[in-house]
Amino acid sequence: MKYLDEYRDEALAQKVVAEIRRIVTRPWVLMEVCGGQTHTIVKYGIDHLLPDEVELVHGPGCPVCVTSLEMIDKAHAIAQRPDVIFCSFGDMLRVPGSEADLLVLKSRGADVRVVYSPLDCLKIARTNPGKKVVFFAIGFETTAPSNAMSVWQAHKQGIKNFSVLVSHVLVPPAMESILASPLNRVQGFLGPGHVCTVVGYEEYEPLAARFHVPIVVTGFEPLDLLEGVLMTIRQLEAGTYEVQNQYPRVVKREGNRVARDLVNKVFEVCDRKWRGVGSIPKSGYKLRDEFRDHDAERLFEVKEIDTQESSICMSGLVLQGVKKPHDCPAFGTLCTPLHPLGATMVSAEGACAAYYAYGRHLQCEKKELAPV
Amino acid sequence: MCLAIPGKLIEISENPEGVRMGKANFGGIVKQVCLEYTPEVNTGDYVLVHVGFALSKVDEDVAARTYALLEEMKQLDELQEGEMGVEIPAQTLEERNGAP
Amino acid sequence: MTTNAPDVDGSVLMGSCPLPRSNYKEIVLAHGSGGKLSQELIQKIVLPQFRNDLLEPLHDGALFSVGDARLAFSTDSYVVSPIFFPGGDIGKLAVHGTVNDLAMCGARPLHLSVGFILEEGLPMDDFQRVVRSMREAADAARVTLVTGDTKVVDRGKADKIFINTSGIGVVPKGVNIDPKRVKPGDKIILSGAIAVHGIAIMSVREGLEFETEIASDSAPLNGLVEAILATKADVHVLRDPTRGGITSALSEITQTAGTGMVLEEARIPIDEEVKGACEILGLDPLYVANEGKLLAIVPADAADAVLAAMRAHPLGRDAAIIGEVTADHAGFVLMKTRIGGTRVVDMLSGEQLPRIC
Repeated sequence: MKYLDEYRDEALAQKVVAEIRRIVTRPWVLMEVCGGQTHTIVKYGIDHLLPDEVELVHGPGCPVCVTSLEMIDKAHAIAQRPDVIFCSFGDMLRVPGSEADLLVLKSRGADVRVVYSPLDCLKIARTNPGKKVVFFAIGFETTAPSNAMSVWQAHKQGIKNFSVLVSHVLVPPAMESILASPLNRVQGFLGPGHVCTVVGYEEYEPLAARFHVPIVVTGFEPLDLLEGVLMTIRQLEAGTYEVQNQYPRVVKREGNRVARDLVNKVFEVCDRKWRGVGSIPKSGYKLRDEFRDHDAERLFEVKEIDTQESSICMSGLVLQGVKKPHDCPAFGTLCTPLHPLGATMVSAEGACAAYYAYGRHLQCEKKELAPV
Repeated sequence: MCLAIPGKLIEISENPEGVRMGKANFGGIVKQVCLEYTPEVNTGDYVLVHVGFALSKVDEDVAARTYALLEEMKQLDELQEGEMGVEIPAQTLEERNGAP
Repeated sequence: MTTNAPDVDGSVLMGSCPLPRSNYKEIVLAHGSGGKLSQELIQKIVLPQFRNDLLEPLHDGALFSVGDARLAFSTDSYVVSPIFFPGGDIGKLAVHGTVNDLAMCGARPLHLSVGFILEEGLPMDDFQRVVRSMREAADAARVTLVTGDTKVVDRGKADKIFINTSGIGVVPKGVNIDPKRVKPGDKIILSGAIAVHGIAIMSVREGLEFETEIASDSAPLNGLVEAILATKADVHVLRDPTRGGITSALSEITQTAGTGMVLEEARIPIDEEVKGACEILGLDPLYVANEGKLLAIVPADAADAVLAAMRAHPLGRDAAIIGEVTADHAGFVLMKTRIGGTRVVDMLSGEQLPRIC
């Protein structure tokens, strides 16, 4: 497949690794922001290929992981209503709330449906006029344009039985929160490539300047990540802290203006609670007032939900790159994808889930998996 | 996060509600995509698709150029005698960020 | 060995609730997807009731002797939806499924039984179509349907039609398929491209439709198995990687055998369109179901001959050696990734779902 396969080339990957080895002179801690990037790193064994001096810690870029427990419980309460068809991306189906997950609710009779695109929900709404179709609109800035379009079209076409439960989160406030923390160890960032196709990377420049950290907007294929690491290490070794673009084939500095315009028409910035991290000001989106008829949070009165997280779960520290999954005593024992205790194990993109899926609970050190 | 895959646009149309749509080919699989956010693309272009929406056109020239720079990187054991210690020049910021 | 979560109600340890369940109070869909939960269900609930030597191997079929003859006996149920899909239907799958389970024991399949559970309201034409398809599949596989049963349940109590097939076959002398015989150095051969069936089914599910048709690879494998056995190679294991993909099959074998395995990602055959579909939906093809494919684990010195025999057969044209059995990492399947890294290939907990992240 063009623009995918060539970024999985072994010979080139080995070249980039060799170059990283050649230029690195001391330990550096890098964070890849996106869950999808974490996934690629663990799936291809990239962190095992890198020299020991380069440590990759995993960021909070997993919208599924960071959706608050309260929001999940709200979703579940709505999904259980007999007059509702609850639509969601596949990722959210197995995320446990306080009592069950969407798949379990489905087994009990709730009408829960997986969709690939938010526009599919409009079709469902049109063909089921007697039901209320609710779409669980999660995601980072990448997904906001698509979710916004579904609301915009519903509004324009007068589809009254469609609403969205919004739980959008934004990357820069999260990065700022990590950088400002006294526990922060991150010295350079692999920025979120697909988020930046939408928003561009202008808003990362003040962050880089203020905290003196290089930020390299990076793609998702193995070669992208390796090149992103190389570019970040080059900057760290040279003492620079600029924003660079490793992913120019799809990312422009100004992003996608058309997409951003519609997002701003439909959503506005608000404070949001990040599971495992806490409330981060101005880090989320909510629907603007004009679209209140499509706002599931307003349409469905859900009682104030009291939620409780596991006291031994350290997702927050994992999400901020302070701890690794195998630092947690519950990792792979009490806490597994079958019985997740918290944010980073509930989603396939969470660091703990990714580590578990690729066998990291089976070994604690790099040297256990010598290259074959 | 943000699974987005490049596909080749093979058709552009408008759905009954007036939304600009298209069909993209991903390695032989053809899927409908919404093109409202990429008004500039034509059939034959590659687009990056996330949850059924094209978010960006793949800039094929920039892709070719930046890939070529990767391929030009020499490994230590490929260096000829006498060339040891040659610095691989880091690209200028503009070059690396894809400026033409 | 894989760490298992303790069978403990976590709230006791943590003194607070609510908590995700350690023990499921209800059956969930994931219990049927061929991964860890399915295994757990069998281990915790079924096996304790039915422990015996014939069941113990938990292979695709049971092997036992009656007089001079060694027989294989197997059963399979089909609940797939939709019942008609590109490349097949539930009837064809049901016949192939049991034929293949018997073939994976090294047996020549002889006779099948069928049990139908029909939902009130199922169009007669649909039932006719399914039965006709079963007849064609049985003929192609050279088996006869010799007994059966039909039940009808109220509307809403079954999804159109559920089918169970069971089968009996004869194992030729000299054939000794047993995962415990797998040895370090054995080669792992795959008969063709992965993930076709799972993607074919997914592509007709609501919300995930493609414009391109991908047809299921459902096929009877007894002919291919005969070709393999005709080489007189000492085949250690045959397995058809259905639900859970090649990972579930290989993980199970490696755990039973007490050895490790190493696969090479670049050698695993996959069609471009199936790969494209997996990329769009965010699915890992290693975990997606196959139907007309098999894995053969054979001693290293027999690998080339077996591979040649498979490639000469229409169902094995794209056969490839995808890895080998090792003494290290007992119980685990490792994979050398496309870019030269390594990772462990673990069994999934439940069914893989399309993702956006």
